[in-house]
Amino acid sequence: MEKALEAVDLRCTRGERTLFEGLSFALKGGELLRIGGPNGSGKTSLLRIACGLLEPDRGEIRWGGENVRMLKEEFWARLLYIGHANALKDDLTAVENLGVACALAGIVADDRQIGAALGRLGLAGRENLPARVLSQGQRRRVALARLALGADSPLWVLDEPFTALDAAAIDCVQDLIAGHVTRGGRVMYTTHYEASIGAAISRRIDLAGS
Amino acid sequence: MVAALRCVIVRDLRLAARRSSDVMTVVLFFVIVVSLFPLGIGAEPKLLRTVAPGVLWVAALLASMLALGRMFAADHADGTLEQMMLGATPLGLVVAARVFAHWLVSGLPLVLISPVLALQFDLSQELLGVVVLSLALGTPVLSLIGAIGAALTLGLRGAGTLLSLLVLPLYVPVLIIGAGAAEAAASGLGGHAQLLLLGAMLIFAGAFAPWAAAVALRISVE
Repeated sequence: MEKALEAVDLRCTRGERTLFEGLSFALKGGELLRIGGPNGSGKTSLLRIACGLLEPDRGEIRWGGENVRMLKEEFWARLLYIGHANALKDDLTAVENLGVACALAGIVADDRQIGAALGRLGLAGRENLPARVLSQGQRRRVALARLALGADSPLWVLDEPFTALDAAAIDCVQDLIAGHVTRGGRVMYTTHYEASIGAAISRRIDLAGS
Repeated sequence: MVAALRCVIVRDLRLAARRSSDVMTVVLFFVIVVSLFPLGIGAEPKLLRTVAPGVLWVAALLASMLALGRMFAADHADGTLEQMMLGATPLGLVVAARVFAHWLVSGLPLVLISPVLALQFDLSQELLGVVVLSLALGTPVLSLIGAIGAALTLGLRGAGTLLSLLVLPLYVPVLIIGAGAAEAAASGLGGHAQLLLLGAMLIFAGAFAPWAAAVALRISVE
């Protein structure tokens, strides 16, 4: 759990616009990093670069000193990424959706654990409903239920985790994040919500947006 | 890793079962196109026997083309594709599992129904066997090649048309060899050479196409 995620001199351009330049940071075990900034300032792009989905125009992301785009699966097996989109299939039930998400992320979980994770996010009794009939907030909860199973993933990257959630669910997700940081995990997230997450080391990077 | 691949295949089969209209469209398209030929070119048995393998092959090719657009589009739209890319399993293997599941629901039904359709053409028993075997070996190759095209055109406007233009020329060798198998068998030469070639194409495409599609997907998603 000693490896750190490092960003070295990142630059990202979208079309003609430079979103950010010369951005460097390090995220070690037990640290929480919040990315702030107005709409369109490149928060999602930064997270996608940090995951290795997007190639930065300059600089690189390192995990334990090695470029993540070289490490590939070795890095991705340690990463839990929850993007803007919930990655749910309308025709599958909440349990089936979560099962697929865990299998892809390499998280081993049986049906009982999956049911418990959904229960923790307040979805008890709705496990076997197709995602089609769930509300926006409930769909987000299904996606976030992976956090309750992802304790072994040392790095969490979360894009706007609190969108569409009610107060109770926000509290629950904040607890999950705080718990992960306390265990020595690293969490990097974006949000517009003023979250109060108890973490020993909590830092913030604000993208200006030019 | 094996668990993840099995999970992906089960997921795709489950989705196909819950949305069976998609599967039925492809099969019905195949049935209708094949049935149009006897109606269009008349009931001359000798002529029908000659064109049967070609007609079955062209129709199977167009039908599998029809299903290609769906291979990655929905997963791209709802974010599942990103999860596949950031998963613990190499993307090439996930793509291979998805292509296999795609073939099970869009290629295998065509193979299974082709003997029934061949009756309309008065195809002899032994030729029928060769045609079915050639389709069984050839349709997975079509799915594998198609996966590269589907990955390259992902998220583009007018992707459907572009996909056909991109993929159809690549289907030509498979079509020539596949339809040629029955032709060779009819002339008494035996279709073994063509079937072996199709088998070789399947192995080659199975080994390389998923990785090519995986690279194309990463480019499309960036």
